[in-house]
This record gives sequence, structure tokens and C-alpha cells, in this order.
Amino acid sequence: MRLLKLVPDNTNIDFMRIRNVALIISILLTVAALTLVAVRGLNLGIDFVGGQVVRTEFQQPVDIEDLRGKVAALEQGDASIQEFGGSRTYQIRLPRPEGPDTAAAAAVTELRTMLQREYPGARVDAGESVSGKVSEELAWDGALAIGLSMLGIAIYIWIRFEWQFGVGALVTLFHDVSMVLGFFALTQLQVDLNIVAAFLAIVGYSLNDTVVIYDRIRENLRKFRKMAMIPLLNLSLNETLSRTVVTSLSIMLALAVLLFLGPDVIFGLTLAVLLGTFIGTYSSIYISAPILVWLGVTPDSFVRGDDHDPAAKPAEAR
Amino acid sequence: MLDFPRWKSWGIWLVILIGMALAIPSMIPKSQVERWQDWIPSARISLGLDLAGGSQLLLEADTADAAKQRLQAKEEEVTTELRRGEPRIAIGDVSTSGGRLSFMVRDPRQLDAAVERLRALSQPAGFTGQRDWDVQVVDSTRIVMIPTKQGEETALKNSMTVARDVVRRRVDPSGTKEVTVVNQGQRRILVAVPGVEDPDALKQLIGQTARLEFKLVDLEANPQEVAQGRAPPGSQVLPMADGSGNIAVKRRAMVTGDQLVKANQSFDQNGQAVVSIAFNSSGARRFGRVTQENVNKPFAIILDDKVLSAPNINEPILGGQAQISGNFTVETANQLAIALASGKLPVKLNVIEERTVSAELGRDSIEKGTIASVAATLAVIIFMLVTYGRFGVYATLALLVNALLILAGLAVFGAALTLPGIAGFVLTIGAAVDANVLINERIREEQRRGRKLLDSLETGYKEASTAIFDANITNTIAAVLMWYFGSGPIRGFAVVLMIGIITSVFTAVTFTRMLVAQWVKAKRPRVLHI
Repeated sequence: MRLLKLVPDNTNIDFMRIRNVALIISILLTVAALTLVAVRGLNLGIDFVGGQVVRTEFQQPVDIEDLRGKVAALEQGDASIQEFGGSRTYQIRLPRPEGPDTAAAAAVTELRTMLQREYPGARVDAGESVSGKVSEELAWDGALAIGLSMLGIAIYIWIRFEWQFGVGALVTLFHDVSMVLGFFALTQLQVDLNIVAAFLAIVGYSLNDTVVIYDRIRENLRKFRKMAMIPLLNLSLNETLSRTVVTSLSIMLALAVLLFLGPDVIFGLTLAVLLGTFIGTYSSIYISAPILVWLGVTPDSFVRGDDHDPAAKPAEAR
Repeated sequence: MLDFPRWKSWGIWLVILIGMALAIPSMIPKSQVERWQDWIPSARISLGLDLAGGSQLLLEADTADAAKQRLQAKEEEVTTELRRGEPRIAIGDVSTSGGRLSFMVRDPRQLDAAVERLRALSQPAGFTGQRDWDVQVVDSTRIVMIPTKQGEETALKNSMTVARDVVRRRVDPSGTKEVTVVNQGQRRILVAVPGVEDPDALKQLIGQTARLEFKLVDLEANPQEVAQGRAPPGSQVLPMADGSGNIAVKRRAMVTGDQLVKANQSFDQNGQAVVSIAFNSSGARRFGRVTQENVNKPFAIILDDKVLSAPNINEPILGGQAQISGNFTVETANQLAIALASGKLPVKLNVIEERTVSAELGRDSIEKGTIASVAATLAVIIFMLVTYGRFGVYATLALLVNALLILAGLAVFGAALTLPGIAGFVLTIGAAVDANVLINERIREEQRRGRKLLDSLETGYKEASTAIFDANITNTIAAVLMWYFGSGPIRGFAVVLMIGIITSVFTAVTFTRMLVAQWVKAKRPRVLHI
């Protein structure tokens, strides 16, 4: 049986030739993404800003203006009403109410009661309320969890490799997370706690990809001490190219299936991870590798580990 | 490569077998599992509320209210001690404003004795030898009692433990439902009840402080003053629960809910829903005596400072049994009975977060999620098979065993599977695929470099392992930190990730290596199709 080979044997692509062009594009895109986040903002869900959301499935299609009027009659501020999944399913979101922390829970109860009274047979599928205090904590917790895990990982990579690799991994992560944030700012897809899980998955995947390539670069740095940095990076990337393509494709394949067949509630999450996988694959080649050159990694960097003599600094030994 | 000792393969198969045994209960209907013998493992994966449907509430103690109540209780304790203890110490000008208890000792000669006796009332709080109340003398006649920080904290801690138990008894009176009631932080309680789709009843049930008191109605109070909220000394004005105005009652309670031994819903002679209660012996004695002395006068049944009803005492109530009426439906009477039987909440709890998912939506998520996961896995399997042939089969087997072991891990650790957990699941499956891809690609590479079959297998596994190791350690660091600092869905994601990292290394590296070694040993192949 002939096996599928997506990447031919012994490729010799000069990835690094366009590294400056790629870098400029990446910087521009990152700046654009962050600007977009700053200007348009993210469509933060109630998990992070507080408020109420009720998702209802009606028996018959309803007139959205009529529904809007009835929700407005509750006098709980500007409601946003969106179709969700089907034409009879709507998501109604109310802003965080004034008053004590308990007001959010009371508001969702009122909305729920109104829907069941005004639209007989309507089924309230999901109702959530988050008070201002809790939402602030959730936002803080989420940011802290992502930030600290990135830091912990960078320290580990620094210890296992060299500090340049730790910085490289951090910059790569920063790039990937900014791009996905920019995507959310552009599409205005709602960012809730589940999306934080998606960010964590992206961080995990992006790192995995970067670490695999770094591992090969380290191996080659030890093996070919005389080789210049650029050809060495090209060699490492070509050697791992087949693995990169097969892994990325299989994961994207799985995510694409999840995107089309999976439940509506994880659509945003899956889309984010799918995008993140794509960006993570790109960035591990065009950001994490060339940055090592700029940070001054040389074939000498790993000599120490091979010589079994920590006292003999490579530079002095020569 | 060929060096794969027998004990090691036995060990691997044993782990897989145990994993399967632990994963099976989660894959068959619950009703079946419940009929199993005790010795068969029957722990099932519990589904998070986003998948199973149900309600989740986050309750927070109203600390201002708790401090106020604590102050009031202290006031009573102090006045009782000084006015009734021996020798009596007359006090006046009692005030609880500003969160402190202050009063004047009428006879300055008794001041030291009063301080002495009040100090004895305070309790040590914390390890520093500090007491829960600070007793000070100001202006040489006035005693001020200030609650200390440690005292407040100790009191809150004790209250939260009691509150958790009370909430559990209310939500799950029979102790048979799969409810979660846990303390979160210092002043919060998380309640998760599967299957409840309308959280209002739940909120009402939990939110009731359920402080039940029986007090005599003050018949001498001026109705006009009562309507304006003023009551004669020794009495207080309380609102009627049905909103029909105010009523004046004596401050001293005849009996309180603390003396209850039983409360359940029943019907009175008119078929109205009521709550039947029974007192303990001291409560019954007191209730009997007071009703005997006050026949033909009304008494008030007070719940959380609202008067439910104020019936006339037609005859002495001696048996310690009574009925509480007050326009109940069967449901509300039942709720009150549960609230009373579970004891009163030591601190007022507010709902600060609420999440409800209907069972239909949860079921829809599971169904679609399962179909999508199976399809996604199939797609990856086919991809692996066409890419790596025989080694793709091994990768597939590893993938399936991995999925099984993750299920087993979740069941054993009792971690609930949530939607973000599914994301974590997909990520670990991805990591497992990647580990196999790394190994297989490395073997291909070594072959191309002209290594012998066995050599390339050996080197492939060895060289790929460093990358796999580093990648997994970084993910473990991330998972542990997320679990520690994250909340809710982030934790759900982290738990699955932690379990998945361990199982994926085991299946993708150790398990496939065994399969490869056994194949090579049995078939002695000369060429490697990879």
C-alpha cells in the first residue's frame, strides 16, 4: 500500500529568505489587531461585565419588534436581542442592573416570568445572571490564569533551552493571542468564559508547536557547530515540516468537523481554536524561529551541555 | 527496541484493563449501573450543568447583616447578664450605633464589676490570644464593646460552615440527589442542582433565613402609632407577611424555631395547607405555660421578622404540637416546612450569580457534541491510517485507549465534564496525535538517513521523546496554573488537560512502543512501510 505523503522527502524550502517580509507583515497585523481591540472593543459576555442573558425557544416564530417592546416594558435598560441557532430561538441580553449584587438575579427572574406569561409554551433554555462583583473577579481570574501560565511556561523553556528561546516563545504567544483577540474584535463574536478556555487551548497548541521546532533547532545546534544560523533554521524547519503539516492538518480536520457538527454553544470556542491552530502553525515558523537570530542565538549556545564541563565557557574555550 | 520485558507489557495491559473497567460505567445507562454488585466499580462521569441541565447559584454572605445580628445578640446577652445576674447592675442609654455596643452603668461603683463580668463573656478568637470583643471604659461611666476583626472572622467562618449544612439540608432534604453544596472562599457557597430548570423556587428555599418566633401580640399599643411604625416600650412593630399592614408584638419571644424538633406540611380541618410543627420538651413546656396564661389573646407567628398570622389562643396548647397557617399553597407550606426543619441560616445569603441550562439544551449539546467528537475522531483516524499505514493503526489504537483512559480518569477523580472540558479533550487528543506524528516522522527520517530498521525505530522513539517531553511539561505547567488560579470553566478545562497529558504520554509513547516491539519480534520485518 502506498502511504500518503503530504510533504515530499528531503524538502529544501528557504523559509528564512522572506523572514523580514513575514516579520513586517506580522508586526503590522499584530498592531492592527490590537488597534482593533482598542477601538472597536471586544463584545464581552456577561461573565466579564455582569448582566443577564436568557435564551428562549418559542413555539411559533415571534415578531422581534413585538418581543423587543415587551422586553423594553420591563424597564431594565437597553436589551440586545439576537437570533441564536434557529429562527425561533432568541438570546436576550440585559445590561447589569443598578443596585445591590442581588439585582442581577432578580432581573433574570423577572424576564423569565415575562416570557413564560406572554408567550405560552416558550421554553427558557438557559438563563444566567452575573453580578458586577463576580464578573470583575471572573475577568481577573481569567487574565491571571492566562498570564501566569504564559510566564510559567517561558521560565521552563528558559531553563530547558536558553533565555532566547523563552523570550521567543513568549513573543510568539503574544502574537497568537493578539491575532485571535483581533479576530474577536473584528467579528464581534461574544467573548465569555468558554472563550477563555479556547485561548488556553490556543496557548497550549502554539507552545506545543514552538517547542517541537525549538527542540529540533537545539538538536541541530549541537550537531552542526559550524553551520550558520540561517541555514540551520531552514534545515530544522524543513526536517520538521512534515510533522508540522500532518499534525496541524489532523487537528484542523477534527476542529472543522466540530465546527460544523458540534453544538451551537461551542461554535465560538471551536472557531477560535481553529483560527489559533492556523496562526500558531504560522508563528512557530515565522516568528519563533527567526527571533532566535535577532536575539543572538549561535551554535555555541548549547556547547556547554555537551561538554560535560560547566566551567568551560564556549567562547573562552575557542 | 526489541528489549521489551514481559512484566512491562503485562503492566501496560493491566493499566488499560483497569482503565476500561473504570470507563465502562460512564458509557452505559445509569439505571443499569445502579443494579450492579458493590465490588464492581460504578463511579460515573458527572456531567457539568452546561451538559446535564440544571441550576447553579453562587451565594454570598451578607456580612453587614451578619455583623448587625451579632451585635444585637450581644446586646441581649449583655443586658441579660447585667440585669439578671447577681449582683444586678443597672444600665441605661444602650446604643448599638456605629457597629459597637455602648451603654452607661448607673452606679459608677459597679463599673469595674461590670467590666469584669463582660470580659468573661467574650471568647478567645484566633491564635494571638485576642478575644472576640474588646471591652473599654470611656468617660468613666460608659462601657463600649467593640467587635474585633478576629472575632468577626471567626464568627463568619463558623456561620459559613453551619450555613453550608443548612443549605444542603434544604436543597436535598432526603440526601439522595446529586447536589453540590460547597464553600467557596471565605464568604461564598456554591450550589449546583442538576435537573432544576427554574431556579426561583430554589432561590426562595435557600434565601429564607427561617428564623421562626412566636410572640404575644401587644394589645395595648395604639393602632395609629403602630401604623406609623411606633411601638410602646418592650414591644416592636412588624409588618404582616401578606402586606396588610403592621402589628405590634412583645419583644420577648415565647418560643423560637431553635426549639423545634419536627416540621412538615399537612392540612387543617378546612383543607388548607399548613405547616405542622412539634417542639422539644422545654419548648413545649414554655409554649404550654404561656398559652395557658393568655387564653383568648392573639399571638403572632413570625418568620424572618414578618408576621405570617396572628391567631387567637382558644385553649392552652399543651402537647408541644402546633400548626402554622398563613395562606399557604401545598408547595409554599412544604417549602417552609423544609426551611424550618433544616434550621435557620446563621447569616443572610444573597444570590450573586445564577446559571440555568434546560435539560433539552444540555441533551442537545451532548448529542451534537458526541456525534461531532466521534466524526472528528474518525476523520483523524482515517488521516492517520492513510499517512502511516501499520503505524497509523497503532496510533489509532493509542488514540482510542487514550480517550478511554481520560473517561476513566474523570470518573475516578469525580471531575465533572463540561463544554470547556470537551475543548480540553480535543486538545489532548491533538497532543496524542502529535506525539505519534513526531515519532513516526522521526522514524521516516532515520530511515531516509539510511539507518537499519531496528535502529531507526529505536532512534525514532528516543529522539522524538525529548520534544514530546518538553511539549507535555509546558502544557502541564499551564494546566496546573490554570487550575490553581482559574475558576469555573477554566478549571474544567485544566482538569481534563492534566488527566489527558498523562494518559496521552502513556498511550502515544509507551503503548505504541510495545505494539511496535511485539510486531517486530513476531514478524521480523525487513522493510518498514511508514
